[in-house]
Amino acid sequence: MPDLKRAAFFDVDGTLVRTNIVHALAFYAMNQGSILGTAWQTARTVLSVPMFMITDRVNRKTFNELFYTYYAGQTEDRLETLAEDLFEDVLQPAIYRGTPQLIAEAKRAGCRIVLVTGALDFTVRRLAEHLGADDLIANKMRFVNGVATGRVVPPIIEGAHKALVIRDYCVRNGVALEKSFAYSDSFSDYPMLAVVGHPAAVNPDLRLARVARAYEWPILTTKEE
Amino acid sequence: MREPRSLHRFYEATEQIVTIDRDSPPRVMFCGEDLLVEDLPIGTKVIYPKPPVQGLPNVKAAIRRAINNPHGCDPLHALLKPGMKVTIAIDDISLPLPPMRTPDVRQQVLEVILPLLSDSGVDDVHLVIAVCLHRHMTKDEMKRMVGPAIFDAFYPDRYYNHDAEEPDGLVTLGTTAHGEKAIINRRAAESDLLIYVNLNLVPMDGGHKSVGTGLTNYEGVKAHHTPHHIRHSHSYMDPDRSEMHRSVDRIGKVIDGALDVFHIETTINNRMFDGPLDFLMKREEAYTELDRLKVTGMRAALKHLPAAAKRKMFQAVPAAYEVIAVAAGKTEPTHAEILKASWDQYAVDVDFQADVVVYGMPFISPYNVNSIMNPLLVQVMACGYFHNFYRGKPLLKKGGTLIIAHPCSDAFDPVHHPSYIEFFHRLLAETRDARVLEEKYEREFAENPTYVHLYRTGNAYHGAHPFFMWYWGENGREHMGKIIAVGADNAHVPKLMGWDTAQTLNEAIDMARSIHGRSAEIAMMHFPPISMTQNLG
Repeated sequence: MPDLKRAAFFDVDGTLVRTNIVHALAFYAMNQGSILGTAWQTARTVLSVPMFMITDRVNRKTFNELFYTYYAGQTEDRLETLAEDLFEDVLQPAIYRGTPQLIAEAKRAGCRIVLVTGALDFTVRRLAEHLGADDLIANKMRFVNGVATGRVVPPIIEGAHKALVIRDYCVRNGVALEKSFAYSDSFSDYPMLAVVGHPAAVNPDLRLARVARAYEWPILTTKEE
Repeated sequence: MREPRSLHRFYEATEQIVTIDRDSPPRVMFCGEDLLVEDLPIGTKVIYPKPPVQGLPNVKAAIRRAINNPHGCDPLHALLKPGMKVTIAIDDISLPLPPMRTPDVRQQVLEVILPLLSDSGVDDVHLVIAVCLHRHMTKDEMKRMVGPAIFDAFYPDRYYNHDAEEPDGLVTLGTTAHGEKAIINRRAAESDLLIYVNLNLVPMDGGHKSVGTGLTNYEGVKAHHTPHHIRHSHSYMDPDRSEMHRSVDRIGKVIDGALDVFHIETTINNRMFDGPLDFLMKREEAYTELDRLKVTGMRAALKHLPAAAKRKMFQAVPAAYEVIAVAAGKTEPTHAEILKASWDQYAVDVDFQADVVVYGMPFISPYNVNSIMNPLLVQVMACGYFHNFYRGKPLLKKGGTLIIAHPCSDAFDPVHHPSYIEFFHRLLAETRDARVLEEKYEREFAENPTYVHLYRTGNAYHGAHPFFMWYWGENGREHMGKIIAVGADNAHVPKLMGWDTAQTLNEAIDMARSIHGRSAEIAMMHFPPISMTQNLG
């Protein structure tokens, strides 16, 4: 049997950076190109926050579907252009102190670095390059005639689907799941963690910390000084 | 104290070996964080540590004498030049056990040499804790070890833990004729002078092992921490008969050829307990009514406390160790002087080997200071350290039975020992063969990025460390015919270790006698404090 490669799969929000997908949406809302547009989008986003929180608690998939409708009507060019500023102004300063070291250690161990995130691909592509990731698995916005429809290309990358796409990735790239690593901060990523041979909780929320202790998964921090 | 009824009994009251008779009192022994009081069969030989050697009356004067009259080189002050770069490496918290009362001897050494460095115009000084693959010490532990004044002056930029995984932090100084690489900390290697401040708890420590092991990385340690080296060490407390030390010495000679290294070695007596716990330093024949009351009271209290509270209680009591020797200078002559003092304290002459040996397993090992003594550490203490506490012939006959008292709880500290958990539950379930484990899994664990990250940024032992713990029991496991765990609170831990179990010590002795016969010779090592048998016949 050939010696299969191994990979390290990283969730992004809360694991590698302190921001989440709402920060990206807020950034776009506040950079609409016109004062009126900015004010309208910002107010709409702010007013929607309680709804986002409730939906997220009820169902992550519904949350994502609802959330991405807020991108509807924006042009692809604009989203791509602003992604550079999003990285420099929002994401780069939010990278946890321990993130580069953790990724470097995974590289030294011979792992392919793969970011697996529910964020939209154009919002995190620059971050993935900066962190030296080999691959990025993220949600893709559906565009029609260069305009965002507000719907993502299925399957939506979240929860259990992260485990599925990781499995597919391993099959396509000759990577051994049982030799691979996964890192996440959230209980919602339990399937992604459970599918690999070496899961670890990073800056875990309470539920994931409880699961990690129960399964004796290592618990890491990347955010401490 | 009982009146000796005969000259023979008087002899036993003063010598290190007591033979159990019809009227002998029961023995008090550790069983993890509990105390057992057990009657041993008539004829059992109980081996006690020697009384503590008198401590040096003025430790700092002894340190000054040592650095002014070093072995094989000029006095320390003559080696110092203004503007030079100096690194002081110090032993970590794995010794002594338990940690000694403050001021720690390392603090006392530093309080002598740091002013000397400063007065000589040497300002570029770093203090590096030679943890190798041990866990990094916490800020509070570091402060306790050197005292607040030194801590405040040096921490964190100039007082830190050695990082064996820092990509650019290590340098290869050369290779031995056997192909072993001498890899050490870059800062130490690039210094004009490396001073190593050591504390020898047992004869295994110190000498070439200080720099060559304490400041190296996984590749460096891998040269001698193997099942092969341990299997050919008889014992690893006796450097002259230790394959591991032969490798360590070869590497050390390469280091000494490349660097200026000035060793300051110290050793301590065995005064592990005093005050309310002083009865643990006595033989049971010498117990007073008050001592018996203390034992009863303590057992009653321990019975009702949760394990974590008992652990906290025992580990909160620092040991009353006293420094008995200080030497300085070149590696080998300095170490020889300290080794002699160490053996003088620990060696108990015996002229027999036993079919059955009993150990009460204590609450602490070098690898669980302020933490849990997990099953792998119980194993390394029983089959590793305690078995290797001999010079000449081991106390246990080849193929004999070892009886240990310990609850063997399936409890691990996820902060200090994350890789131990996977090793124990995943690997030992597959095989206990050290060679297979080494070949198949050691590197995987060593390079596991999660374990590397936890080692570097947290307080975790390195991913490869549980392997070394398993190997360190290799010569013991090979020597012993059977191991019986008394008082285990579960069945699966002893089973994974390959041990039998017994509810009581008497049951375990009956099991051993079923193998070795009714006339089997039984011995008990009355640990702690530390003692080592010397059977040179």
